[in-house]
Amino acid sequence: MSELKEVNLVDHGFMDARIKAIDIAAFLDRVQRAGQDNDYRVSALKSALKHLLEQDTNRAKRVLLSLSDPTEEPIPFAPGKGAAGAWQEVDS
Amino acid sequence: MRYIEPHAHMVSRTTDDYEKLVTAGCEAICEPAFWAGFDRGSVEGFRDYYLQLTQYEPARAAKFGIPHFTWICLNPKESEDLSLAKDVLEIIPEFLDKPNVLGVGEIGLNKNSRNELEVLERHIDIAAQRDELILVHTPHLEDKLKGTKLIIDALRNNSKIDPGRVVIDHVEEHTIGLAKDNGFWAGMTLYPESKCTSMRAVDMLEMYGTDQIWMNCACDWGISDPLAVPKAVFEMRRRGHSQETIDKVVYANPHAFMSQCPKFKV
Repeated sequence: MSELKEVNLVDHGFMDARIKAIDIAAFLDRVQRAGQDNDYRVSALKSALKHLLEQDTNRAKRVLLSLSDPTEEPIPFAPGKGAAGAWQEVDS
Repeated sequence: MRYIEPHAHMVSRTTDDYEKLVTAGCEAICEPAFWAGFDRGSVEGFRDYYLQLTQYEPARAAKFGIPHFTWICLNPKESEDLSLAKDVLEIIPEFLDKPNVLGVGEIGLNKNSRNELEVLERHIDIAAQRDELILVHTPHLEDKLKGTKLIIDALRNNSKIDPGRVVIDHVEEHTIGLAKDNGFWAGMTLYPESKCTSMRAVDMLEMYGTDQIWMNCACDWGISDPLAVPKAVFEMRRRGHSQETIDKVVYANPHAFMSQCPKFKV
C-alpha cells in the first residue's frame, strides 16, 4: 500500500461517532422506559459496550466477538433463516 | 474512476441501477446465485433462475455496455430440504459450462446446521472436481464467526481446493484474519445496516493490507446500495489513499481473482 497522506481522522469521524453514541444511549433509555431492557439482545449490547472503553485497539473485533455464537459444532437443523444480532444460548 | 462490482444481485434491481453503475465507472458486474427471499419449491424453479442468470441478465446488462458474469449454486438458506437440494445439485454442472459463469457461488452456511454443512461439502466437491473458482457466503451477525470457522475447515478438508481460488465474502473485523491467514481472498460487503460500513472497510484495508481483498455492494432485494463501492472510494480518498491504491482494491484485485477463470474477459 502506498504511503497515506496525513488526515485528521478526528475531524473526519467525530460527529459520526458522536451521534452513534447518543443514539445508543437513547436506545437504552427507550427500552428501559418501556420495561424491555431484560431482552437478551439488550443485555448482549450492554456487555459489548464495555469493550468501547478498553485501552487496546481492536475494539470493533472484540465487540463483534462478544455478540457471536461461541460454540463450534453444527446445530441439528436451522430454526429459521434470519439472525438476531446477538447470540442466545438455548437448551438442546 | 474504474471499478469492478464483484458481488451484486442484479435480478433484484431495477434497470435504473445499471445506469447508475455505468455512470459511476463500473466496468463489469459479477452476480452470485442467492436466495430469492422465499424458498423455491422445485428443481424447475432453480433451473429458471439459473437461466435468468446465464441468459436474461447478461442481455439486460449488455444494453448498458456492462459485461455480466455469474456464479451458480444452491444458496445455504435453501439447504435444509436436503432431498430438493440434492436434486438441484444434479443440474448445477450443466450451468457451470455457460459462457458467463465464473464458478461455484455463493456457497457457504447460514445458520450453521448439519444439512447446510453437507450441502456446502457437496458444492466444494463439485468445484474441486471441475477446478472451479469458489465464492463463499459467510453467515450473518452472531452466526458469522462460527460459520466462517466451519467453512474454512470444510475447504481445508478438501485437498484439491487451492485457497488462492476461493474468496471468503462478507468478512468483518472478527473474521478477516481467519480468511487471510489461511490464504483465501477476502470480500468486504458494504451494507447500510449490517456487515460493514465504508469507514470500517477502509479501516480493515489499513490494518490488513490491500492484497487479496476487495469490496462489494452485494445489492439485492433488501436494504442495500448499488453505489456502495464508489462511496467507499470516496472514503478512501478522504482518508488520503492514493489513486494507485484505490485502483488496486476496486479494479485490479477483483480482476486478478476473476481472471483465474478464462471466461472472465474485461
